[in-house]
Order: sequence, then C-alpha cells, then structure tokens
Amino acid sequence: MVSNASPASLPRPRVPWAVVGVTPFMIFAVLFLILPTLFLVVGAFQDVSGSFTLANLGKLWTPTILSSYWISIKVSVASAVMGAVIGAFIAYAAVSGGLPRWIRPTVMTFSGVASQFAGVPLAFAFLATLGRQGLVTIFLSFLGLNIYAQGFNLLSFWGLTLTYLYFQIPLMVLIVSPAIEGIKKEWREAATILGASNWQYWRHIAGPVLLPSFLGATLLLFANAFGAIATAYALTGSSLNIVTILLYAQIRGDVLHDQNLGYAIAFGMIVITGLSNLCYILLRVRSERWLK
Amino acid sequence: MKSNRLGHWLAILIGTLYFLVPLAATFEFSLRKVRGIYSFEAYRVVLADPQFQASFSFSVALAVVTIVFGMAIIVPMAYFVELRLRKLRPFIEFVTLLPLVVPAIVIVFGYLRLYNSSSLLPLTNSSLGTNFLLICGYVTLALPYMYRSIETGLRSIDVRTLTEAAESLGASSGTIIWRIILPNIRSAMLSGAFLTFAIVIGEFTFASLLNRPAFGPYLQLIGANRAYEPAALAVMAFMITWACMGIIQVVSRNTAAARH
Repeated sequence: MVSNASPASLPRPRVPWAVVGVTPFMIFAVLFLILPTLFLVVGAFQDVSGSFTLANLGKLWTPTILSSYWISIKVSVASAVMGAVIGAFIAYAAVSGGLPRWIRPTVMTFSGVASQFAGVPLAFAFLATLGRQGLVTIFLSFLGLNIYAQGFNLLSFWGLTLTYLYFQIPLMVLIVSPAIEGIKKEWREAATILGASNWQYWRHIAGPVLLPSFLGATLLLFANAFGAIATAYALTGSSLNIVTILLYAQIRGDVLHDQNLGYAIAFGMIVITGLSNLCYILLRVRSERWLK
Repeated sequence: MKSNRLGHWLAILIGTLYFLVPLAATFEFSLRKVRGIYSFEAYRVVLADPQFQASFSFSVALAVVTIVFGMAIIVPMAYFVELRLRKLRPFIEFVTLLPLVVPAIVIVFGYLRLYNSSSLLPLTNSSLGTNFLLICGYVTLALPYMYRSIETGLRSIDVRTLTEAAESLGASSGTIIWRIILPNIRSAMLSGAFLTFAIVIGEFTFASLLNRPAFGPYLQLIGANRAYEPAALAVMAFMITWACMGIIQVVSRNTAAARH
C-alpha cells in the first residue's frame, strides 16, 4: 500500500495498527475461552497432587455417570434425528416451490424466532402445554385419552425430547434451507428427460447431493442438544439424570467430592461435542462442492 | 404433482401446529391465575414483583455491556483480519466456533476454577469482578453469532478499496474504522447485537453458577415455586425474542433494499 503512494509522501513512523487491533481479541480468547477449556482438559488427566493419571477417566465408568451420559446421548440423538427429518421436510416444502410465495419468508422468520426460544421459558411453555394441567393434556382427556394414565410423563426422556424438538426443528430449517436451494431445477429436468423416475431422481441425484448437508446438520443439532441444560433443569429439576445436570450439581455442591472427576466429566462432554462438530465440518466441506 | 403439493402443505401445517400450540397453551395457562375466569392477574403479579424488576434490568444492563464489549474487540479484529492478516483466518474461524463445541457449562466450570478466590486472578472475589466474568462468558456465548454477522457485513463491502481510498486521503486507522467501516456495516452489527440480546436476556447457566441475580436464575426460581406466573413470564420472554428477531429482519431487509 505504501509502495503505491506517490513518491512525495514522507515516510512516517509506522504503528502496527493491525496487530494493535487484533490483540485485545486474542487476549480475550486466550483468557476466557482457551485457557478455561485447557485447564479442565489438563485437570482431567491429573490427580490431586498434579501428577499424570488416567484414574479420573476410569472413574467415569460408574453406573451413575455412564447412565447420565447415556440419557444425554439418547435425548440428543432422538431430538437431533427427529428434528432433522421433520425440519428437512418443512424446509423442502417451503423452499422448493409449489406453495404460495409468502410461505417461504414466513417459515424462515418463525424458524429464526423458535430456534432462539430455548432455555427456562421453553420449559414453562411445555409445562403449560403437556404438563398435568396443560392445555393439550386437558384437551386430549376430553377426547378420552389420558396421556398420563398411558404412562406419558413430561419429566422423562420423551418429554425432554419433545421439548427440545421445539428449537431443533426450526434450527434444522435454517441450516438446511441453503443446501436445498442449491438443488437446481435443471437437474430434475435433465433426469426426467433421460427417463428417470421420481425415486431414481432422489436416489441418484438429489439424495447424494443433500446427504452431507443433512448429516452435518444432524450432528450440529446433536451437539446443540447435548450441551443444553437450562430447559432440562427447569423442566425436571434434578430428577432426570442427564450429564449437564450432573455436572451442574457437581459444580454447585461438589456432590462427587472429587474435583478432578468433575474435570473428567467435562472432558468427556468436550470429546463428544468435539467429535460431532469435527464430522460436521468435514461433511460441510464435502457438501459445499455442489453449492457453488 | 397434486399429491406432492399436498405433502408440502402437510409439512407446513405440522410445523405450524408444533410452533403455535405450545404458545397458545402457554398464553391460555397464564390467564388462569384467578379461578374460574381469564385474567391478566399473573402478569400483574410478575410485573409488580421488585425482584422481577431488579433481575430484568440487571440482565438488560448485562446484555448492553456484552454487546458493546463484544463489538469493541470483535470489529477491529475482523476488520484487520479481512484487510491484512488473512493468514489468521483459520485460527479465528476455529476460536469463534469453539463456543459451539465447548458447552457453556464447561466454560463456566473452567472460569470457576481459573478465577476463584485462591487463584492468580481472583475475579470472583468481588461482585464487580464476577460481573466482569459473567460478561466475558456472555461474549464467548455470543461470539459465533457476532463474528459471523460482522464478517458477513465486512465481506459485502470492499474493505480494501475503502481503506486505501481513506488512507490516500490521509485518514488514520481509527478514523477509518469509526467513520468509514462502522457506518457501512451498521446493519450487520445491529443484527449481531439483537441476536446477542436475545441470547443473554434469559441465560441461565452462567448467571446461576456465578451466583449473579440475573433474569435467568429468577425465571428458574419462579418456575420452581409458582404455578401461573411462569407461563406469563414465558409469554413475555417469547415476545422479547420475537421483537429481537423482528428487528433483525427489518434491519436486514432495509439494507438489502438500499443496495438494489
């Protein structure tokens, strides 16, 4: 840039503004994001005196902790897969044409709102809907279906999954719509001219193109549900033993009486969400080839 | 094709029901406080609760400080990375995605161990220090969204040309950011700001574990102790989210219209 300036311009003392501008962010990222995470990861491999050990990770293999991971994984997988399938259908219906024009922006706006409506208020909303006194519960019992007598409980695996779907479905709509938009009309036309059936078109053309985006988005939904706590905590208190609530209780009252075991639980969570995000990124790179 | 379109309508219908029924149920529930009639009594009780007022205004203040602090460190970073330090981009991408990988509860656990009263930097010793820690936590939560909207804003203008034009007219880096770049990415910043507001206002995990009297822990407390007030609070929280998202839509639509 300086070399482009006219020869008349005098050399002035150069302050490295770029470095000055980036430094505050770097300091922040190290202090409040990287160091705290590293601290827990390192702590997971240390005993009380600070020397290296694998004992903390070994202690994760106890029934309480394993079952809490397992329930978390089950809820996250169920809400991610169901959210991804339903969300993909809605996105396809809204994006691919055939419906009135106003449907698309409306669906996107409502998805933006609903995907952010999580946390404690979401738990309240579902208590008012499917709780024992909830509107839908009462409505269904008018129709002669007492869901609680049938064994349904909002404070359970299915209750939490249904609640998480409220933000998982719209999140899927938002993430997967660009990929569905990337499907070109000409592909369908070309396939039809060559004599392909609807099934063959999906099996050999649209399906393989969409699959990486779809799987990637599912993994993102999984990580999203896995790290969530506020909704579950407000909904079930500590009666549903998911891993975030276990860690919350551990931080709050040190219930396990073992600091480094807490680090190990946190480390296990990072590994799980980290792996699913890594796969997401790999799949996204793959899917972007088609969306240029 | 007729049956195909029917399937589309069905998908939209199911989505709409899933979205609207809980809202309608929550609203109906919130009106039930006085036995036998519908009334806004639950709303009146909540709004008159001094703890509601205190925790809500505390969270609004937190959100505002989070937005200002976040923008102050993210905008210059994003600008210089776009302009001169492209090599840093993979690292920045990694850092800004990290909060989506590391759950909030893990980050706050790290804070509590790293900055507790017996550490080198005992931020949790004073309420000012703890508030600062809470704001830092919120900036990390909002980081993926703030960075992405600012980056999108910066990419949609020609940062390099604008900067070179301003430099050749003798503007300093500070002037360029403040008077050239900021006005051009204003709508991107507003989007990031309102999204951040929606995230921070009812946040529970950080505020609860750092023991700050914010709106999220207050919501949880009311939820554990009252019957109808939580529904009223959920309706209000939903309207806040709605307002934030609505403003983002309007802002981005206006910008798109202005560009055409």
